[in-house]
Amino acid sequence: MPTGLRFRAISKTFVTETRKVQALNDVSGEMMPGKITGLVGPDGAGKTTLVRVLAGLLDADSGDVSLSEKGSTARIAYMPQKFGLYEDLSVAENMTLYADLNGLNPDLRNQRFAELNRFTGLGPFQHRLAGNLSGGMKQKLGLACTLIVAPDILLLDEPSVGVDPVSRRELWSMVRALQGTGIAVLWTTAYLDEADGCDQVILLYEGAVLDHGAPGDISAQVAQRTWRVVLPGAETMRKRDVQRAAMALPGVVDAQIKGRNLRIVMAEDGVAPPTSLSNLAALRQFTPTPTPPQFEDAYLAAMRKKNLVASSAAPTLAVDERGTAAAQDIVIETQDLSKRFGTFTAVDRFSFAVRRGEIFGLLGPNGAGKSTTFKMLCGLVPPSSGSALVAGFDLATARADARGRIGYMAQKFAYVAHLSVAQNMEFAGGVYGLSGEGLKTRARAVAIEFGLTPFLDQNCGELPLGIKQRMALACAVMHKPDILFLDEPTSGVDPVTRRDFWSRLNAMADDGTTILITSHFLDEAEYCDRMSIIYRGRQIAAGSPDDIKSAQNGAEGTLEEAFIRLIEAHDRAEPDTRADAA
Amino acid sequence: MSQINRQRLVGFVHKEWLQVVRDPSSIIVAVVLPLFLLFVLGYGVSLDAKHLPLAVVIETAAPEAHDFYAALQAGDYLVPRIVASRPEAADLLRAGQVKGIAILADDFGLTSNGAAPIQVLVNGTDGNTARLMQGYVQGAWAAWRAHRQHTNPTLQTPSIAVQSRVWFNETVDSHKSIIPGLIAVIMTLIGALLTALVIAREWERGTMEALLTTPLTKAELIIGKLVPYFVLGMGGMTVSVTVALALFDIGFRGSLIVLLIAASSFMMTVLGFGLMVSTLTRNQFVASIMAITGTMMPALMLSGFIFDIRSMPVVVQVVSAIVPARYFVEILKTLFLAGNVWSVIVPNTFALMAMATLFLAITFRKTRRKLS
Repeated sequence: MPTGLRFRAISKTFVTETRKVQALNDVSGEMMPGKITGLVGPDGAGKTTLVRVLAGLLDADSGDVSLSEKGSTARIAYMPQKFGLYEDLSVAENMTLYADLNGLNPDLRNQRFAELNRFTGLGPFQHRLAGNLSGGMKQKLGLACTLIVAPDILLLDEPSVGVDPVSRRELWSMVRALQGTGIAVLWTTAYLDEADGCDQVILLYEGAVLDHGAPGDISAQVAQRTWRVVLPGAETMRKRDVQRAAMALPGVVDAQIKGRNLRIVMAEDGVAPPTSLSNLAALRQFTPTPTPPQFEDAYLAAMRKKNLVASSAAPTLAVDERGTAAAQDIVIETQDLSKRFGTFTAVDRFSFAVRRGEIFGLLGPNGAGKSTTFKMLCGLVPPSSGSALVAGFDLATARADARGRIGYMAQKFAYVAHLSVAQNMEFAGGVYGLSGEGLKTRARAVAIEFGLTPFLDQNCGELPLGIKQRMALACAVMHKPDILFLDEPTSGVDPVTRRDFWSRLNAMADDGTTILITSHFLDEAEYCDRMSIIYRGRQIAAGSPDDIKSAQNGAEGTLEEAFIRLIEAHDRAEPDTRADAA
Repeated sequence: MSQINRQRLVGFVHKEWLQVVRDPSSIIVAVVLPLFLLFVLGYGVSLDAKHLPLAVVIETAAPEAHDFYAALQAGDYLVPRIVASRPEAADLLRAGQVKGIAILADDFGLTSNGAAPIQVLVNGTDGNTARLMQGYVQGAWAAWRAHRQHTNPTLQTPSIAVQSRVWFNETVDSHKSIIPGLIAVIMTLIGALLTALVIAREWERGTMEALLTTPLTKAELIIGKLVPYFVLGMGGMTVSVTVALALFDIGFRGSLIVLLIAASSFMMTVLGFGLMVSTLTRNQFVASIMAITGTMMPALMLSGFIFDIRSMPVVVQVVSAIVPARYFVEILKTLFLAGNVWSVIVPNTFALMAMATLFLAITFRKTRRKLS
């Protein structure tokens, strides 16, 4: 008899050395048999804590967890974020281990393994060490190990983190295929676009349930507030300018560019959408048409309404004040840049150029060579061959000079947790040679610009993720760099904070700072002026987002679809030769 | 008590064994490292001094002086040289070119009956060598006199003669007492280091979370972690004992079965210590540092491997009671040099078993089926 899992009024507080953190505050919900329940929220919302409580790994301070069918028994399976795989064991050995630990009858093993291998497509890789699998394959193996003895309740903790869009889509179809068996699935994610794939959604923010219900019902709350404007030719304006101008209009809570469309979300029902963007010549007059709401719209509206986001002062720069955007001087240029580690080619003959004040995106799945390219351009790793000019300096001869002109924000927001915000900023400035009064003045100015003044005396380790991210960016610009390198700056950050972050980037780009960014949020890539898609070390597409989309599926489609097509086409042309002879 | 299921346990031990085999570092720690330490310490650490340079100042015209000098030259232990005067000899001693001075004053040979006719000066900055030097010269003196008496019976015989005989290590070769102790010290380090990493590693790599959601019990987890490393550690022990016997030419006088039982008890003790540290810290780095400082250091100083425990202050003797290596050093020395001396082997083996039980009990208690 299929059963679900019910949890009521779960609260959990962690006590650290300096303070108490309420990870979960009175969280209730239910996982229904045969349904996928999405547990959606940004990093630090309490998702992992809740999953661990449900898996029986953590005791809640209060509240209870019970099966929804009284008197029934259920097998609960749990896939932790790192999948629980032994990297030094092969695919088959990992599966055998979990089969033994879960008491799978050895007589049934071969049959069950064959089923799972059909399901995951891991059949040809039985003898490959788990550590040598790609992110997507690791995750499928993790899922296979979790499913070895068919569970009634399946708990997945952020299964799509670090997985490229192609694998993410495959994983979704695998989990959907399980639904027919009556299994109750909990899918945890920080990606709001995944909510629409769930049957039920629990929206978690800072340990509390923000909203719950069917994703359609949640989206429907903003049904009368979402509008679409078809933009004229892309040549006449930059998308980020349009977006910023639209956001600045009264009554607008969100404005997003989706291909050739501008989507606008209004703060209240019944408020007429704007019909002009006074400061953009090309959009003086337009007629918005209603468009179906999306989950993210509802989330944003709910967040803004509850005023949960400490919105920092909006960037002060007006759109038409930008003076340097016309400048055409090239600040980054590479020619056949390559990096080989032994026989492995991490970056293969990569050539591109970035102009001053441009936001240039470097996109690609994990392991494509984005980080290696970044490290070469920052002068951290010498190229094997090819050349690169950064801020006018040749990396082959003047690496240190080039380094002084760039700011770098690492993926994990490098900061010293036990130092205050002010101390971190002064440290970052000091590293780049600022000192004395100059350093203090600059730190104050940057703090004001980034809305960090209220946090200056707090220890960084205790700040919310969004503030940490803002501080990391502030540290990277302390020495007024010409070029900013941002490595996955928005991963795990909630959408509101992400929008805030992007508006800062836009303002900086308009000031003439060149920005090179990697991201795996493909909707964000829409705001890049130009970008490069790299896959297995090679550039497989380059150009503006519109160029790339129209080359694949027309400007109406999304960048993610174009991305998936590109990668699939590349895989067909050049299958992964690293598959071993199994 | 948690239960043990054969399929789960075998599956888990198999996985652990695969990780041991795949990871060259555990083989290196278990087999290569002990051999390396055995060679370096075995050949390097010696408490015997040979070829010690000695300055001899002969101030007498008596012919016996040169006869005695010839006797000094005879053995392996001393390299005597004749120096013209006392000040010159003192300079050499200060410069470190000689380790001692023997002065044969002008009354040498006048009283061949045993009155103190020679003066020996040794460099006290190296106490051990100084004592050895003193002993060697005295020994040479005694031997020379005995020889003279034998060849010339008219000489007066001393009223009391000391006949010394050394038991167990008849040649007083310090290797014979150091190597067995060394094996114990090395295996202490290896055993604790092997297991110190293994539970912390599961936590750090996030696999513990996955294990905790399976029906694997605490007992299965701990036994599964012990078995492969026990096999590996005993392998290292076998290699060390074999090398000790083959290369250092020390005999073995006890029984191999007794050695096996004592070594197993000891291995369980150190593996248990490693597991306990790993469980308590959940951090590979901290656990390995604790394993090294918690085992190697006390084993070197307080195990009786070099420094005799009985001559230590009482407080230190009490502290040494919690050093597992101490018990195993005694057992090994006894088995190698003396044989199956039950009054030594039995209590020491029981002490090891008790410690193993204690460490594993703490590990069991501190192993959680939960995350917090």
